[in-house]
Amino acid sequence: MKKYMLPVVVGAAMGLTATAASSATLDDVKSKGFIQCGVSQGLPGFSNPDDKGNWTGLDVDFCRSMAAAIFGDATKVKYTPLSAKERFTALQSGEVDVLPRNTTWTMSRDTALGLNFAGVNYYDGQGFMVRKELGVSSALELSGASVCTNTGTTTELNVADYFRANNMPYEIVAFEKADEVVQAYDAGRCDVYTTDASGLYAQRLKLTNPDDHMVLPEIISKEPLGPVVRQGDDQWFNIAKWVGFAQINAEELGVTSANVDEMKGSDNPAIKRLLGVEGAFGEAIGLGNDWAYNVIKSVGNYGEMFEANVGPDTPLGISRGLNALWSSGGIMYAPPIR
Amino acid sequence: MAAIDAGGRGAPARSWINDPKIRGAIYQVLLVVSIVLLGWEIVTNAIINLERQNIASGFGFLKNTAGFGITQSLIEYSEEASYGRAFWVGLLNTILVAVLGIIVATILGFIVGIARLSSNWVISRIAYVYIEIIRNIPLLLQIFFWYFAVLRAVPNPRNSVEFAGSVFLNNRGLFMPRPIYETGASAIAIAFLIGIVGSFIVRRWAHKRQMETGQQFPVFWTSVGLILGLPILTFFAMGMPIGLDFPELKGFNFRGGMAVIPEFVGLLLALAIYTAAYIAEVVRAGILAVSHGQTEASYSLGLRPGPTLRLVIIPQAMRVIIPPLTNQYLNLTKNSSLAVAIAYPDLVSVFAGTVLNQTGQAVEVLAITMLVYLALSLLTSMFMNWYNARMALVER
Repeated sequence: MKKYMLPVVVGAAMGLTATAASSATLDDVKSKGFIQCGVSQGLPGFSNPDDKGNWTGLDVDFCRSMAAAIFGDATKVKYTPLSAKERFTALQSGEVDVLPRNTTWTMSRDTALGLNFAGVNYYDGQGFMVRKELGVSSALELSGASVCTNTGTTTELNVADYFRANNMPYEIVAFEKADEVVQAYDAGRCDVYTTDASGLYAQRLKLTNPDDHMVLPEIISKEPLGPVVRQGDDQWFNIAKWVGFAQINAEELGVTSANVDEMKGSDNPAIKRLLGVEGAFGEAIGLGNDWAYNVIKSVGNYGEMFEANVGPDTPLGISRGLNALWSSGGIMYAPPIR
Repeated sequence: MAAIDAGGRGAPARSWINDPKIRGAIYQVLLVVSIVLLGWEIVTNAIINLERQNIASGFGFLKNTAGFGITQSLIEYSEEASYGRAFWVGLLNTILVAVLGIIVATILGFIVGIARLSSNWVISRIAYVYIEIIRNIPLLLQIFFWYFAVLRAVPNPRNSVEFAGSVFLNNRGLFMPRPIYETGASAIAIAFLIGIVGSFIVRRWAHKRQMETGQQFPVFWTSVGLILGLPILTFFAMGMPIGLDFPELKGFNFRGGMAVIPEFVGLLLALAIYTAAYIAEVVRAGILAVSHGQTEASYSLGLRPGPTLRLVIIPQAMRVIIPPLTNQYLNLTKNSSLAVAIAYPDLVSVFAGTVLNQTGQAVEVLAITMLVYLALSLLTSMFMNWYNARMALVER
């Protein structure tokens, strides 16, 4: 036995020197033929599997858009459900290629974790949900309340800041998984459930009687949610950034999945550049020139994704608000493609 | 055979490479070197990768402000405290649930283990069913069960169950009056200590007297009197220096007093009940390992079943029980890390959860956490080994 142990051990040591995270993510993705996409463990409207195991949501659509840009086929995605705690390690270690997981863009995450945020796909803010029977109409009346939330999120810090700033005592009950937070809140462990406002609307659907609960008007934080990639691979970072920008630009220019083919014949130079009729913008990020065409054709522009996943006609029923285009009262804004 | 014989008879040029001793030594040296190299490789590889990915490293983060709240803290803690402080809060919460869990599980386990061997059919069946059900359901599910069972079974704060107007039970926890120590309270603590020391002395004296004269002395009741009675007497003698802070319903919740949170109750119940099932089997095995002749001999000396169990069977059974019991204690301590599932702020939840996430320093945080569990386990083992050595058969 001893004789054979040695080469195995030495071999294992050698194997470890292979890098944990390769810098050319695009080449890796192309050679394996799909994108490994880190998503939530089930947040309706953002990333949620249905009863057949198909994932849908705004974040899932981001993964599909990237797959469309790279492969011309939005289905070439595999999903890894990650807890809030696991998500950054999974991305750092190369287990996933991109992480659109309703993740708040903060300075420490952007700078100290070896990660880059590739834009914002949903402007959110932290809110509070309470039982209607409590008769509370403002978050300032929550002094002494028990607050349920997730561990490992910015919400835990925001709620501490908010209650301290307003000199209100509180009790924080932090669970690892969102489902357990919902159950505990539903069982009456807490007076308040706090997370990003979009998440409150989504999780409310899981409660026994969703109509008995209301979201308070106060938004206590800025939570720009966006997809995350590893630092040190600028090409991949650019692709992630510009896929998102292309969809916002498409909405601004009126290009939708329905009319993208006829728009190819448009005289508008901005549309020509977007759809790859003019210029070679795809080449600069290592893709074909029809990258944005494929994204819009198979997934749609930003407005379409919003309406389909979280908009007023969905169970979540969230209005555009801050997420409307800059030209119609929101702050969704993308640099031009030129 | 022939070759060895030839070598043994003094063939002059036997190569050292064929000497099994030298060969063995070489292999061992090579193995140690490769293990060290492997460890070295893992560490440097991790450091290089962390640096290349611009991930912060080092232990400086422990001094930074934590900024988050924790439900239950045995030491003073606020949002302004450091991550290092949060670590201690989590560690103490882990130790609290582990120690109480071990005590409850041991008591329950001994009762069930003895009941399992009872000659009363109903009692032994109940113990059997308990053991088989509890041992065969995953602990995590049991934790969820007890947590949500506790939560759903009790009312909301406004409809609290009330005991004597000062203890309240609701789904935010069990609220009790908190003692406030005034001047002179330390005398009570001293009286309590004197009581403990006194009962030890009484026990030794009674033991010696029994050895010499065969007469028994009511040690148990004397000890109760010393440990409880002495502090109570001091309490009145010093003019009742302990006040009470009663919990009061204010707004959403009770304020003042002290509270036991439902997460703690759920976790403690689950850990104690689960581990007790294993301890019961350990105890049963230990008792069965004592020859039945011992019981018969004891009966024939005129001892009743109670003293037989206490004085003859258990002391012998303990030698078999202690080593596997140590394992159960270690398991319970390590299992307490499942607390993270039901929001009990233990070490894993607070430190390897929230702190890890806020700082992103997974390698350092997890290394510290693992070291802590290792240290806890080794300390428990050391204590149990010492106890085992004390209980071991002394051969004269």
